[in-house]
Amino acid sequence: MAKTQKTHVTMKVNGEEVEGLVEPRTLLVHFIRENLQMTGTHIGCETTHCGACTVDLDGMSVKSCTVFAVQAEGAEIMTIEGMANADGSLSALQEGFRMMHGLQCGFCTPGMILRAQRLLKENPSPTEAEIRMGISGNFCRCTGYQNIVRAIQYAAAKINGVEFQEAAE
Amino acid sequence: MNDMTPTREQREAKLEGMGCKRKRVEDIRFTQGKGNYVDDVKLPGMLHGDFVRSPHAHARVKSINSEEALKVPGVLAVITAETLKTVNLAWMPTLAGDVQMVLADGKVLFQNQEVAFVVATDRYAADDGINKVVVEYEALPVLVDPFKAMDADAPVLREDLAGKTTGAHGPRKHHNHVFEWTVGDKDLTDAAFKKADVTIKEMISYHRTHPSPLETCQCVCSFDKIKGELTIWGTFQAPHVIRTVVALIAKIPEHKIHVIAPDIGGGFGNKVGAYPGYICAAVASIVTGKPVKWVEDRIENLTATSFARDYHMTTEIAATKEGKVTGLRVHVLADHGAFDACADPSKWPAGFFNIVTGSYDFPTAHLAVDGIYTNKAPGGVAYRCSFRVTEAAYCIERGMDILAQKLGMDPAELRLKNFIKPEQFPYHSALGWEYDSGDYHTAMRKMMESVDYAGLRKEQAEKRAAFKRGETREIMGLGVSFFTEIVGAGPSKNCDILGIAMFDSCEIRMHPTGAGIARVGSKSQGQGHETTWAQIIATEIGIPSDDIMIEEGNTDTAPYGLGTYGSRSTPVAGAAIAMAARKIKAKAQMIAAYKLEVHEGDLEWDIDGFRVKGLPEKTMSMKDICWAAYNSVPPGMEPGLEAVSYYDPPNMTYPFGAYICVMNIDVDTGVYKVRRFYALDDCGTRINPMIIEGQVHGGLTEAFAIAMGQEIRYDDEGNVVTGSFMDFFMPTAVETPHWETDFTVTPSPHHPIGAKGVGESPNVGGVPAFSNAVNDAFSFLGSTHIQMPHDYWRNWKAAKNLGVFA
Repeated sequence: MAKTQKTHVTMKVNGEEVEGLVEPRTLLVHFIRENLQMTGTHIGCETTHCGACTVDLDGMSVKSCTVFAVQAEGAEIMTIEGMANADGSLSALQEGFRMMHGLQCGFCTPGMILRAQRLLKENPSPTEAEIRMGISGNFCRCTGYQNIVRAIQYAAAKINGVEFQEAAE
Repeated sequence: MNDMTPTREQREAKLEGMGCKRKRVEDIRFTQGKGNYVDDVKLPGMLHGDFVRSPHAHARVKSINSEEALKVPGVLAVITAETLKTVNLAWMPTLAGDVQMVLADGKVLFQNQEVAFVVATDRYAADDGINKVVVEYEALPVLVDPFKAMDADAPVLREDLAGKTTGAHGPRKHHNHVFEWTVGDKDLTDAAFKKADVTIKEMISYHRTHPSPLETCQCVCSFDKIKGELTIWGTFQAPHVIRTVVALIAKIPEHKIHVIAPDIGGGFGNKVGAYPGYICAAVASIVTGKPVKWVEDRIENLTATSFARDYHMTTEIAATKEGKVTGLRVHVLADHGAFDACADPSKWPAGFFNIVTGSYDFPTAHLAVDGIYTNKAPGGVAYRCSFRVTEAAYCIERGMDILAQKLGMDPAELRLKNFIKPEQFPYHSALGWEYDSGDYHTAMRKMMESVDYAGLRKEQAEKRAAFKRGETREIMGLGVSFFTEIVGAGPSKNCDILGIAMFDSCEIRMHPTGAGIARVGSKSQGQGHETTWAQIIATEIGIPSDDIMIEEGNTDTAPYGLGTYGSRSTPVAGAAIAMAARKIKAKAQMIAAYKLEVHEGDLEWDIDGFRVKGLPEKTMSMKDICWAAYNSVPPGMEPGLEAVSYYDPPNMTYPFGAYICVMNIDVDTGVYKVRRFYALDDCGTRINPMIIEGQVHGGLTEAFAIAMGQEIRYDDEGNVVTGSFMDFFMPTAVETPHWETDFTVTPSPHHPIGAKGVGESPNVGGVPAFSNAVNDAFSFLGSTHIQMPHDYWRNWKAAKNLGVFA
């Protein structure tokens, strides 16, 4: 078997131009984790089910374990490493996850936060049912989702400049 | 006092000690993608290993040809059992006293068994290499059904055991028999059944499933040839045990093995045992002289690295006609797959299944467990459970509901009638445990009041009448579950792993400025130890929890511990932490007495320091004592402020809880709706209520998954038919019910802070609550017991079998 020809790719990740040489079969998640050495994006299943590898690609939530790096040529990508505020403080979603205990082992968290930020851009004031449907492509094995829902509600309130009110049980 | 002096409340609050909802320390890095998990470890020159796996469930391996694979660019080595034999590692011991093939040695015994290990420069090249390894198999008859395992003509699976009539746990009755384990008084129990007014008998299966943490099992092994040292980064729930196991089987001196468990992406029992990937990566690093990473994919995780449950429990209860239980008899057929790779304390082949008398005062009981081999993946790990306790809780909680149905009694009333009474604690169970404490009636009544149990039963009766009149096709079930857990393994008198007593440990070092570090033998996989362990220390020694750093998982720095599983961290490591802190406090008191020029006995503790009795102005804070410990200790005293504690618990702890699930099922589609789930937990002293609630939510979600659909299922050829997240039920936020949590507090009398552990309770109590809800819903149609998992299809089938479509 001949050594596979490598392809040059460029894309914008978290606002910075990056480039690299990849095999045509190199997955975007491996390009991010191994070439760019940004390990916040995780791999949980390799079959697009679990969502641990979710990144934002040209304004869409995408599972980077089933996208080739070459498909992201010229794309704008955001990963968890780009989520904090410009001054380095935690963004509303990151803060919400911490305040509402929306994470335990932390493995699903980067994908979950990336998905949640896109959800809130699409729907700034989602209902609980809309949040649950909106994150249904992301598995969490630890939290039972209830506190993730609260974390997203907390962030939505903060972004919208309203007081966070917990739904009555 | 001036206005600037903090109040007592302010001083308390500043500590963020036990009982407060302290926000987690870990979240700062996890929310920013700065966790450090095993696959994030990248070393110069690192290679990747991956497995050639068997497509067959049972076959002879005629030949393995690696020639073409070695020509693949990037492939450096192909390791087979023959390679491993040169270092005597073709087989490895399991924690259950069995042996397991590391790589197929002559035959394969389950689908996806490890056959060869391809080592290459990157994971893609390793995969290319796998596709070029040619393995010639000769298929053999496959054994899948556990009930046929001990037939006279059943295929012989374990040829390596030929002629061995005794295993690690006594005599073997058949070539596919692993062990028989019996507990209790058989004659007395048989007599109780002879005398009983009422008896029930049901075969209750707890199906095979898998812990499937979101991060799979993985490791990086790096052997330094010059120093002769092996460093392993791995997804280990018990890093010290891994170090000792490696020392014993690889013959590397234990001080030259460095095991590091970094951040772990969930464990749930999956990451306790030792797997072929670890051995192969270590051997590959020794052979190549380079670091080798092994990361399993999801299909490999679900199909090869362990499983949980697969217990088939024939359950009999004897009772008086008034509903007083008089005897319990259980026989378990335990399917262990191809190798017995349970991760139980070594002397307990069926874990603590003898907690099966549950929360009830059974005068006598008898239990027999037969372990058997089949052509399935090896394991039998405790998936969010303390060693077969979830199987036991399911067995007795289903059994009690079946008995209630036969007696025509309400299941809650039957339980209240048979609970161990508060005054009976410490209670000695018929199967040998000493329950430390409990108040079951209070918990049960609180649950019943909180959900308006009587009102729900009334609604159910109305719905049933409406169903019978043909006005609705929806049926309603109430799933009551009252569990008693047994956690905190465990006392050295009855718990060890490979001969190492199951203590745990903590070392605390206070620095001169009043901050400190505590290193603990446990290992968090999401439980939040970095947060809660500091809270225990804060309360014990009066230093803010923010000023205590917690470190776990590095065997070079942490004191020896047995790790985190079986809800043992709080009962054992938590106790060690409190005891180490108390040693710090005892020395601090001597220093304070010296500095305040009083006798030690003249001092009393006050939140964050000592004060002189009767002279509240004369105080010395712990922070100031830390400084003094490094410059002006009493004459003759060693400077410094450090302590180590190894804690051997005197007993297990026994958390308990009362759960109820309210469910509607549409009989025409089998679709269920969980209307309400209420969980009351009593885990003794509560260290961090926020984290406890989170643990309960997570455990309930896993219980929901297991009871309602999550299963590792095999077809007749031994093919895994639920081997990916496409088929293996993983609830999303949409399916997952809303959880209501509640609590009572009955502190453990023997634990230093009265805590009992909670992480696994919701799984143990949750599964029977869901299953009882489904069974309760169908019971009025004439059904006694429907096996789990209760997915839509099975519910529809149950309805069909009960004739509702006539």
